[in-house]
Amino acid sequence: MPEIKVTPLGAGQDVGRSCILVSIGGKNIMLDCGMHMGYNDDRRFPDFSYITQNGRLTEFLDCVIISHFHLDHCGALPYMSEMVGYDGPIYMTHPTKAICPILLEDFRKITVDKKGETNFFTSQMIKDCMKKVVPLNLHQTVQVDDELEIKAYYAGHVLGAAMVQIKVGSESVVYTGDYNMTPDRHLGAAWIDKCRPDILISESTYATTIRDSKRCRERDFLKKVHETVERGGKVLIPVFALGRAQELCILLETFWERMNLKAPIYFSTGLTEKANHYYKLFITWTNQKIRKTFVQRNMFEFKHIKAFDRSYADNPGPMVVFATPGMLHAGQSLQIFKKWAGNEKNMVIMPGYCVQGTVGHKLLSGQKKLEMEGRTTLEVKLQVEYMSFSAHADAKGIMQLIRMAEPRNVMLVHGEAKKMEFLKDKIEQEFTGISCFMPANGETTTIPTNPSVPVDISLNLLKREAAFGGPLPDPKKPRTMHGTLIMKDSSLRLVSPEQALKELDLNEHQLRFTCRVQLQDPYSDTDTLSRVYNHLKSVLKGYTVQHLPDGTVMVESIVLKVSSSAEDPNTKVVLLSWSYQVTPGCTIQGSQLPH
Amino acid sequence: MAAHLKKRVYEEFSKVVQQHPHEEVPAKKLRLTKPSKSAALHVDLCKASSPTDALQYLLQFARKPVEADSVEGVVRILLEHYYKETDSSVRLKIASLLGLLSKTQGFTPDCIVDDVINTLNSERSHQVLAQLLDTLLVIGTQVPESLNMRHRLIDVACKHLTDTYFGVRNKCLQLFGCLGSVDKPLPRESEGGGTGMAAKDVQSIISDYFGDQDPRVRTAAIKAMLQLHERGMKLQQIIYNQACKLLSDDYEQVRSAAVQMVWVLSQLYPESIVPIPSSNEKIRLVDDSFGKICHMVSDGSWVVRVQAAKLLGSMQQVSPHFLEQTLDKKLMSDLRRKRTAHERAKELYSSGEFSSGRKWADDAPKEKVDTTAVNLIDSGACGAFVHGLEDEMYEVRIAAVEALCALAQSSPSFAEKCLDFLVDMFNDEIEEVRLQSIHVLRQISTHITLREDQLDTVLAVLEDSSRDIREALHELLCYTNVSTKECIQLALLELLKNLTKYPTDRNSVWKCLKFLGSRHPTLVLPIVPELLSTHPYFDTPEPDMDDPAYIAVLVLVFNAAKSCPTMTALFSDHTFRHYAYLRDSLSHLVPPLRLPGRKLTSAPEASGLASSVESAQNFLKESLTRVCSVQQLDAPGAQSLLEFTIRDLQRLGELQTELAGTADFCATYLHCQLLLMKALQDKLWSVAVPLYLKQNAMVSGAAAQVLEETYKLEFLYSGLESRQIASIHHVRLQAKALQLVLLARTRRGVEPLLSACEKFLHEVDAFQRLFVTELPHFQDSFVDKLLDIMPRLAGSKPADLVKILQTTLRHSCFPQLKLPEQIRRATAAIIEPTGESDNPLRFTSGLVVALDVDATLEHVQDPQTTVKVQVLYPDGQSHVIQPKPADFRKPGPGRHRLITQVYLSHSAWTARIYLPRALSD
Repeated sequence: MPEIKVTPLGAGQDVGRSCILVSIGGKNIMLDCGMHMGYNDDRRFPDFSYITQNGRLTEFLDCVIISHFHLDHCGALPYMSEMVGYDGPIYMTHPTKAICPILLEDFRKITVDKKGETNFFTSQMIKDCMKKVVPLNLHQTVQVDDELEIKAYYAGHVLGAAMVQIKVGSESVVYTGDYNMTPDRHLGAAWIDKCRPDILISESTYATTIRDSKRCRERDFLKKVHETVERGGKVLIPVFALGRAQELCILLETFWERMNLKAPIYFSTGLTEKANHYYKLFITWTNQKIRKTFVQRNMFEFKHIKAFDRSYADNPGPMVVFATPGMLHAGQSLQIFKKWAGNEKNMVIMPGYCVQGTVGHKLLSGQKKLEMEGRTTLEVKLQVEYMSFSAHADAKGIMQLIRMAEPRNVMLVHGEAKKMEFLKDKIEQEFTGISCFMPANGETTTIPTNPSVPVDISLNLLKREAAFGGPLPDPKKPRTMHGTLIMKDSSLRLVSPEQALKELDLNEHQLRFTCRVQLQDPYSDTDTLSRVYNHLKSVLKGYTVQHLPDGTVMVESIVLKVSSSAEDPNTKVVLLSWSYQVTPGCTIQGSQLPH
Repeated sequence: MAAHLKKRVYEEFSKVVQQHPHEEVPAKKLRLTKPSKSAALHVDLCKASSPTDALQYLLQFARKPVEADSVEGVVRILLEHYYKETDSSVRLKIASLLGLLSKTQGFTPDCIVDDVINTLNSERSHQVLAQLLDTLLVIGTQVPESLNMRHRLIDVACKHLTDTYFGVRNKCLQLFGCLGSVDKPLPRESEGGGTGMAAKDVQSIISDYFGDQDPRVRTAAIKAMLQLHERGMKLQQIIYNQACKLLSDDYEQVRSAAVQMVWVLSQLYPESIVPIPSSNEKIRLVDDSFGKICHMVSDGSWVVRVQAAKLLGSMQQVSPHFLEQTLDKKLMSDLRRKRTAHERAKELYSSGEFSSGRKWADDAPKEKVDTTAVNLIDSGACGAFVHGLEDEMYEVRIAAVEALCALAQSSPSFAEKCLDFLVDMFNDEIEEVRLQSIHVLRQISTHITLREDQLDTVLAVLEDSSRDIREALHELLCYTNVSTKECIQLALLELLKNLTKYPTDRNSVWKCLKFLGSRHPTLVLPIVPELLSTHPYFDTPEPDMDDPAYIAVLVLVFNAAKSCPTMTALFSDHTFRHYAYLRDSLSHLVPPLRLPGRKLTSAPEASGLASSVESAQNFLKESLTRVCSVQQLDAPGAQSLLEFTIRDLQRLGELQTELAGTADFCATYLHCQLLLMKALQDKLWSVAVPLYLKQNAMVSGAAAQVLEETYKLEFLYSGLESRQIASIHHVRLQAKALQLVLLARTRRGVEPLLSACEKFLHEVDAFQRLFVTELPHFQDSFVDKLLDIMPRLAGSKPADLVKILQTTLRHSCFPQLKLPEQIRRATAAIIEPTGESDNPLRFTSGLVVALDVDATLEHVQDPQTTVKVQVLYPDGQSHVIQPKPADFRKPGPGRHRLITQVYLSHSAWTARIYLPRALSD
């Protein structure tokens, strides 16, 4: 029984270090190769020894596919390819290929240069790794080898995020990566056709959440910013460099444009500038509005948003500043925050989640006095706002994707076990016939498949069959036909028996059944034969009965011969012989010859 | 063969000539060319050595039109060639040409049906078969009344339905859709071919193909069914289930057609009861289909989504319960029930705490959700609009907004519910969507009252830099009901802000405040002292009268005061003075007020407006019939009657704005009559020419005026029917005749007269051609008489002609004017630049200056092409400028708004100049 095996090395009932192994039709594919933000030891990378205990990675894996550039999906890539050793192809979309090395380099810098870790991948390794990357286009079917093909679908989430369909023969797997079913200001919604994969591997970050409309959030956000700016206050928005930052920039930029506002907006420089450049380039990956209007004006060429300089923070008058990092734990955003915290006219907007222990988290939990390093306390007078701009599909979105793709099985990864449980129940309850899995890391799920085997049929045979029973092949009804199946060189062909014999250079053998019937008949052999002949002729009307000159009687294709037995001349032995196609019904009647 | 054919061609040629031996020359000329056409084609086709050549000839041939009479011959030749042709692409082209030819006007294609059906039977190529069926379809639609032919065609379609090629099946289904008999099952003797389906009716035959393996055939089947529906056949309810199954088809075109189908069925059988699968419950069909179509709003293909969203709007019979589900989305976070932002806003508002700082975990989830009760895929309508309004494609969002509007208009409670969502749409990224949602909100504003927080969101849009958006919003505010005096204050504040930011919005803002005031007098009353900044003890400084913001406040207050007499007591002295000033300068914004110590001058409002319109209409009719009797009167009596009637009509137009157009039109028309009548007075014509030079001048003046008036009549009014236009042309013809007569009398010399006569005769001819259908209405009129003697006129000398004209003019009667339903006078009002501007435009010679033009056009048809802007320079030069089509906006029915920039430049002038401008039609 053919089967598909899926083993998560990371992201099984967990968020972070996404890495999933799929074995399908004899091919092994690694989906994503991420790192875990929560660990600083070996656990931050997936456990590749699971594969390497049986040999090198390159021998085992046919290809690696990266869904998008977030580090929990691609962070372990240089480690895997250069330090563990993998030389096969790595597939990712063009934007991912462009932005991924920037983030990896940044990640490397922080780990090695700031934290001083050794035994980490180097810049050269990142470059070498990126050389192995093969770029993918949306909806482009790429043949990895003769049998394995992959195809990317749009996933929303971040620029260049893709869902991939992996197909071997008629078996297929769809891996969603992270996706978003509701469009936002710069990206569209995920979309897939009804490809009916054997298994859909879906993320489930928000398995137990149904979100409110995006518009309310946006409106709230804009209103808050607008009010503060009008009052003459300053707005600080701590962000991470890529993804949400661009969305918020577009949001503010269009709002400024619409409302004719004059207050400056700044974006703290750094890797953002590089990234923004790529956002400008990959217009086809953005949403309808940006795609349609970029001819007049590229939305990422911001008119109102300018690069930030440290000295601007002390400028009088209103302004909006985007600063990294997003959780206010260090860097520029924290510096600016310290400067502005004392004035109640100012405001800080946290657009995302904050990890416990960071300044951002303390702020959000309502602390009014913050202890800074050096025993100083900072009094927080400015307003603190929280807005969640998250780009994962919620429970409804996941269900919607399942409905779009119509898979036979669903597997949930990239989420918390407890939440998955709920969604799993829901999926099994609301889609009849779909079973749902949620393996933990290292746990293998096996899914039996029932692939249809394509067979080439010879045209002659097909025409002959069509002549028999109507022209239209009815796809809903099975039909039996007569032919020979030749399996040669892993190809299957259905041909007519004659042709098969010819091709295989075999002689045709006829199979005949014989049977002896003893009769008590005093006449001579020939007389008996003619008596039999006459009888048959009278009994079997509607059949052709022939008396042949060589002393045989033929009923259709059945041959009768009479000879007297050696011992008793009165006992005649009737020899019956028929080929296998003939139903022996009529021959039995012949034995009841009257005396 | 060729010889035979050639003979045929010549036969046809001679036959045609025989048929029309008595026709006039030009007609004959026309006929002479025709036979050569088919002959040429024949020769070409015979010459063609290869199929490619033949195809080329056919393609060339297809470009030229063929006259109705020669079609038959051409068809014969084509068919002849068809039988010989072995190449299927040429046969295909011939088949398509046959279809094209049978569309020719005046050709009855039944004669070629047999041939086409015959060729069908022998045709091998599937593509050609499909094309032939298409030809049959064309023929069938050309002769819709022939039942017999239809049955034959349907038979043919039946036979080919089982073809293996999808195109053939498609065409067959199309034939069914277009020609299948609507009234009863096909009465057909079951003979060979599709005997099994012979007994069935069209619908079940078509519905068999809902399950076809080819998606194109499935689509064609559904479309055929829809076509039947359009032609008036009642679709059976049994196909509902099939249609619902097709909603989950793999192909978008099938789903898109199926959505339509389900919708059609829901409109046909709204009340019938269908069971819900997997439960014992039953619901109304319209509710069930509503749920299903709602489901399609989250389809994978945006084409289907647009379609589904559009159709939702027209399903007004749906139960309110289902309707309200469309806006429902149960939120949860970590399996805990969460309230939507809308719910929170409402709660905040009702708890009296309006503007709260956002707290962390303000939206913290409340109670735990029962896991079994959560339904992630909603079988029904749940959240359809929530999805639709958040869709990626703006087409879907617009469709959803429109559907919301349609549904909200028929259900006030739904309108209340969808308010929050519409207000959210004001923040859409695409301007079109924002504009549309503002318009929609205005349309449903009768059902709703805005809460303060909602108003706040609405007003935030006032700062939008797009003028369209702001103006739409002003319009919306005109119709909005608000609940508290704070709302009024808020609105005023935002509008004033708007005014300072965009001073060009002045008029629009004032108008908006006018309505706001007159709608909410009681809410304005308590804030009047604050608004006018009066103080109970102290005198406050008098505000600047020219400040637009102050005027805005006054407009609000005065309009509120109109229905709230106590308000005037709160005014200070200067307010009264300002009132008097504004009442004069901005009378359209400031209503007459009942002020203490002053008499109210204006007449009381007409109470029964509808009845007064009716009586005015009656009056109009009566006066027109009275005018008809003008013929019987002697000249002075008739003249005075006309004069009185014209005066009455003009007055009526002033009083009744609804009838202004009609009354004006009639008055102008009658004025023309009057002028003509005066011009044709006896005295003038009986006396020798030189003695009456003065009269001559008067008459020629009158004729010119009549001409001008008729052009105005024709082009300035919309809603005219061809009969009125004919009347106008008739008057113009008379005026021209008059001019001709004058010319004959005053000028010596034959040459100019001759050409003038010719021109006039041409005009009469043109009149006849243009208004053939209207001629019966012109019994006994000038033109009628003229046409009677037309053959004689054409031959006669100018002098005779003039004589005849003179008598006919004087002895013919006026045709009666029949009023059409509604006549509107096209008007243009220039808002910007104002005529009496104090600062003249200055520009340097040779350089260009841009001038903003803002004008409202009423009842102008097709303004993009007809309206031009004329600039008159002080030196008498004038420029006519054609505005860009994009500069026209359409704020309402019959109204257009022209906002454009006109570039001025003058080579010789550098001084300051006043520029009068005119809008010309």
